[in-house]
Amino acid sequence: MKYEATIGLETHIMQKTNTKMFCACKYEYGAEPNTHVCPVCLGYPGALPVMNEKAIELCCKAGLLLGCEINPYSKWDRKNYFYPDMAKNYQITQADQPLCLGGQVAVEVDGEMKTFTLERIHQEENAAKNTHVAGASLVDYNRAGTALMEIVSNPCMHSAADALAYLTALKQIMEYGGISDCNPEKGQIRSDVNVSVRPVGQEKLGSKVEIKNMNSFAFIQQAIEYEIDRQIEVLESGGKVVQETRGFDSDRGETFSQRTKENAHDYRYFPEPDLMPVKISAEQIGQWRSELPELPVQRRERYVKELGLPEYDAGVLTADMATSDWFERVMVHTRNAKAVSNFIMGEMMRLLSEHGLSIAESKVTPEKLAEIIALIDAKTISTGAGKQVFEIIFNEGGDPKQIVEEKGMAQVSDDSALEGWADEAIASNPKPVEEYKAGNAASINFLMGQVMKASRGKANPGAVMQMLKQKLDG
Amino acid sequence: MADLHKLTIAELSEKLAVGECTSVEIVNDVLAAIDATDGKVGAYLTIDRSSALEQARAADAARAAGKKNPMLGIPVAIKDLLNVKGQSCTCASKILEGYVAPYDATVIAKLRAAGAVLLGRVNMDEFAMGSSTENSALGQTRNPWNLGHVPGGSSGGSAASVASDEAIASLGSDTGGSIRQPAAFCGCVGVKPTYGRVSRYGLTAFASSLDQIGPITKTVKDSAILLEAICGHDKLDSSSIEMDVPAFGKNLTGETSLVGMKLGLPKEYFVEGMDPEVEKAVRDAVAHCKSLGAEIVEVSLPNSKYAIAVYYIIATAEASANLARFDGIRYGLRVDGKDPIELYGKTRAAGFGSEVKRRIILGTYVLSSGYYDAYYLKAQKVRTLIRDDFTAAFKQCDAILAPVTPTAAYKLGEKTDDPLKMYLDDILTTPVNLAGNCALSLPCGFSSGGLPIGLQIIGDAFAEETILKVGHAYEQTTEWHTRKPEIS
Ligand SMILES: [Zn+2]
Repeated sequence: MKYEATIGLETHIMQKTNTKMFCACKYEYGAEPNTHVCPVCLGYPGALPVMNEKAIELCCKAGLLLGCEINPYSKWDRKNYFYPDMAKNYQITQADQPLCLGGQVAVEVDGEMKTFTLERIHQEENAAKNTHVAGASLVDYNRAGTALMEIVSNPCMHSAADALAYLTALKQIMEYGGISDCNPEKGQIRSDVNVSVRPVGQEKLGSKVEIKNMNSFAFIQQAIEYEIDRQIEVLESGGKVVQETRGFDSDRGETFSQRTKENAHDYRYFPEPDLMPVKISAEQIGQWRSELPELPVQRRERYVKELGLPEYDAGVLTADMATSDWFERVMVHTRNAKAVSNFIMGEMMRLLSEHGLSIAESKVTPEKLAEIIALIDAKTISTGAGKQVFEIIFNEGGDPKQIVEEKGMAQVSDDSALEGWADEAIASNPKPVEEYKAGNAASINFLMGQVMKASRGKANPGAVMQMLKQKLDG
Repeated sequence: MADLHKLTIAELSEKLAVGECTSVEIVNDVLAAIDATDGKVGAYLTIDRSSALEQARAADAARAAGKKNPMLGIPVAIKDLLNVKGQSCTCASKILEGYVAPYDATVIAKLRAAGAVLLGRVNMDEFAMGSSTENSALGQTRNPWNLGHVPGGSSGGSAASVASDEAIASLGSDTGGSIRQPAAFCGCVGVKPTYGRVSRYGLTAFASSLDQIGPITKTVKDSAILLEAICGHDKLDSSSIEMDVPAFGKNLTGETSLVGMKLGLPKEYFVEGMDPEVEKAVRDAVAHCKSLGAEIVEVSLPNSKYAIAVYYIIATAEASANLARFDGIRYGLRVDGKDPIELYGKTRAAGFGSEVKRRIILGTYVLSSGYYDAYYLKAQKVRTLIRDDFTAAFKQCDAILAPVTPTAAYKLGEKTDDPLKMYLDDILTTPVNLAGNCALSLPCGFSSGGLPIGLQIIGDAFAEETILKVGHAYEQTTEWHTRKPEIS
């Protein structure tokens, strides 16, 4: 029998807000434990939540970037459960009236364009971080109460590749939108994955298994692949897939049972009486829409249409926001997009990967690259010399013009110098001269090489060619 | 001893202004009164004498430097569920053993800014759950008018401290009648402000959608002064309303006429089982208001009869979540267990009293999957009907007159074995919390046994000025509030 997998993702993304969701504490990754806390995020008696407006803006902007409908009226609910990662023992979240409804992510999977639809995005507060040491559990409340939004996809994916493409696109959009840095190592993007399997042709979905709280995209992919195989195996051997929550053991590459449906929590959701409902006007939505940044897809299109870059170049440049932003900064100073693209895709990427650096750390600034390109365009230096200048600056820093001067890299276009070298080349190489005159046009290249050699590479090749032709044709 | 403790905020404020007394003298008189009678009354849980005197000295110095405020130098007793930085805040529960508040509640910050003296912490029913203060895990408070009777609750310590002149005024909180009922039982004045009028920030929550902090004082004028001091928008409480604070205190000028005022009498509020003495005292008070020029109209609040049922669903539901934070992890009592869940169970079993447990279980039940619609959702719908009743009634009148409780203060232990019986006593106060409007309780007579009887004046949302005006006129023309208990 053939089987089909159905996959849905609940992705938690930590938003880039200055303060936590319901209090004025800052969030700083890696800070000394329990240093960014207050009565509100520690759940002290009498403390009350106050909504972070910036988080609402970022959540709605994320919604707009994903084509969601923004709910003009949404509200807060308490989700009750006892665990030391939640100071109040309830989480403030949105149950039945989330901020954003619908939406989709369009992405290419194995050469095929696919659209994955969303159910909703809601805003909530993050949990604290628990660490288990020998004989004790430690709780760090620095992360407790930070702004967290949950993007819930529909069960519309069918393979690990689908899920990976969806997550990659989602991450890219969130980064471009300034919503989140989406650093998986910092827990800024985490997903719960729902997987079910059914025989092809069966209408009813199979029993759903939820794999909780995974950061790494690679682990998500492994977990999905493992889970699909496991469920098919269960069905093949005549068994029934148990609806349950499973964890993923990354060392063994396997999922394991955590909690079955019978033991599922009753979260006893009810409206949060300490917070007013969120009302968002059409004007506000319009304002936010007008502030939305350009997404990778749109940038890519613009690079091709307006800057005349090849599709390939546009794809490479926009794959990562830092690179694309860097490219844009060079383009402020030059119009030669292709030259910039060549330098980034060539010298820059090679040197960055050799030295294990990020583009932000490069000693070649956008201004300096623009200057190098200007020197090449003005024929002051050759392209080859430009690459050398680039590498020198990358390694040692410095000013392009000064380097060209100090290293004597400027091209010679001066007629009298060129004429001397050209005459000498013609005089001492009668054979190629004869051949050229007899109609072998390629023979001029040999003479050209002689001139370049004599000038130690500094002669302007265009000017040399012109000079030689003038002398031989004339 | 100059008997300064027997005076009101208004009287002391005048004396202080003209230099007839100092705040230190007032505090000393009050501390002496506490020493003399609190062994019998049991209003206080903790008193910080040196801090109180230090605050009094600071208030006197501020006055000398030109500061003026009607609360400047006035000692106030604080219900033990408000956070005061550096003090314990027990909520009369064992579970908050050892907890020291790291911050000031907004009302406390406001009192500090006004220059009031924070005198000490007064007893209450554990987490404000109860109507007699008998649910305190930390001590018994008695009614100053008859030590064999309850002071009411949950702000029983607040009312008892004011009635026995062991405080000039007190702050309480009212979720279903917890200011008005003890005020009535102890012969004090108490105000439950409109929901949103006073910031709840720093008030340990019982039922967030119902809780309000308010004054318990010796006179209506004093309630007006103290209310004015604690009111106002607070960005730390999202349910707090952005609205100017009227000059509640100044606006009460001794006016005794109620001409032009329409007062409603709800036909459903003289309930079955009501003590005839209470009914008579209230009906006499209604007649008295009429004699002051008010027009009395009958109004109907038909859905108030569901208030107890609705209240005990909504309040317990909210409480079940609000009290979840008391788990032994970050502060307060901890009884260790082999894992967090066992630790929670043991800590909460040891830390909470039986009434608190009963309400947590009730609240957890009504929110449970499969029961939510039948209980919580239904209760919210009926709550809307109760509010609509008030809205309709206030189209016909400016304020509503009613009893506060069906009986005067009962004997200690009389109702402790029957929680339902005790719940039913809240029938006349809970509708106001559910509707969210304001109400005042003031003395309007005494039972044959010598226990005070309260009159409730209910106002529309944000109509505190109206109910204070009616109460003030009534008080100016009666003498009930001038009587003092003999504590023996
Ligand atoms: Zn905080």
